[in-house]
Amino acid sequence: MRLPGLLASTWVLFRKDLLVEWRSRSRINALVFFSLATLLLFSFALGPDTALLRRNAGGYLWLALLLSSVLALGESFRVERENAALEGLRLIPVDSRAIFLSKGIANAVLLAALGLLLIPVLVALLDVRIVLSWGELLALVGLGCLAIAAPGTLYGAIASHARARDVLLPLLLFPILIPALVAAAKGTALVFEGDPMGQFPSWLTLLGSFDVIYWGLGVVLFPRVIEE
Amino acid sequence: MELGPALELHEVSKRYGAQWALVRLSLTLRRGASLLLTGHNGSGKTTLLRVLATAVRPSSGTVRVLGTDAGREPDRVRAQVGLLSHANFVYEDLSGLENLEVLARLLGISVSAAPGALERVSLSPKDDRPIRTYSAGMRRRLALARLFLKQPAVALLDEPFVELDPAGVTELEARIRELHAGGTTLVLATHHIQQGLQLCTDRLHLEQGRPIAA
Repeated sequence: MRLPGLLASTWVLFRKDLLVEWRSRSRINALVFFSLATLLLFSFALGPDTALLRRNAGGYLWLALLLSSVLALGESFRVERENAALEGLRLIPVDSRAIFLSKGIANAVLLAALGLLLIPVLVALLDVRIVLSWGELLALVGLGCLAIAAPGTLYGAIASHARARDVLLPLLLFPILIPALVAAAKGTALVFEGDPMGQFPSWLTLLGSFDVIYWGLGVVLFPRVIEE
Repeated sequence: MELGPALELHEVSKRYGAQWALVRLSLTLRRGASLLLTGHNGSGKTTLLRVLATAVRPSSGTVRVLGTDAGREPDRVRAQVGLLSHANFVYEDLSGLENLEVLARLLGISVSAAPGALERVSLSPKDDRPIRTYSAGMRRRLALARLFLKQPAVALLDEPFVELDPAGVTELEARIRELHAGGTTLVLATHHIQQGLQLCTDRLHLEQGRPIAA
């Protein structure tokens, strides 16, 4: 028996995570309806001022994704808590970094898919237009979702041990995500309204740097979090 | 050259808060032996198995499994040890076969071994229902199939007969004998003392984390 390496284990666990998500589609449905409801509520709360709604559309998108991420992250560790599956992985033994990477990437993929679903809704609901290219918007959504997923997966693992885990996760996660949220919302606003000052690359760089730092920290710290 | 013992515990203690689960326990078990752990609920049997499996770290003392220091190289120990525990370590939304295929890939062995492991515990590889529809006995069998797939050098069995019907108990006894006959060192914790005595050659009785003459 020769245990697979980090990348091979990550791939096996990533496929397993997506399969588990697919099998429990009711959770995905709940996530979609929750994010749509959040978008609608923001629109209703600010009234019929379409110019204001359009200007803030980027912020609504990322707040909807952020709030939905708490549900998705909590759920992804509930699956691992059931039957002590996470402990089972440790005892195989699986490299703990592979567990972090697979779960983080699976969470990012789920959030990115949700983001791509919400963009047409924003276009229809708030009459926003994609002024910059779709490629720039996709890069922003990808990096933004990776930015939520890395600390979210790390804190999701920490919170999963706590009794008040549903409260603890947003308390830990939201303050950390402020720079990423600002960068993602500002960048999305530029995609929707145009970028005459050429600021978009700076926000993208900020998001990318946030990703590098938190994915790096996750790889280092996650093994300590899931050991006893 | 004679190989060293399978398990060596020296002055191992484990404390949960103010409660001592194991108190300065020392033990040596030769390779291929079978040890029956007995004792009342809360006597430390499960904690001892979890310490041996490296699921928990002892508060003090040293544990060596097949010559490897469990504190220094837990992953090396984990690769050689299989734990059948109260928890089944499975994913509820996947079928029995899918669960075993994930395990096979993570162990680096062929997924073609998974159906055979299921059949060995009388579960059908064609049953594509998710685990959440399984009965308690079927879950226990699946947990045992995980153990067969891993083929550990040391098998730690925590109350394996719980939730099984009489036919299931008889079948499980036969499977444990097979495992032991294949050279696996067994540590079996159970309240079914008669079954345990038939399966094991050595016995350790624990009371409040301390070994007591049975």
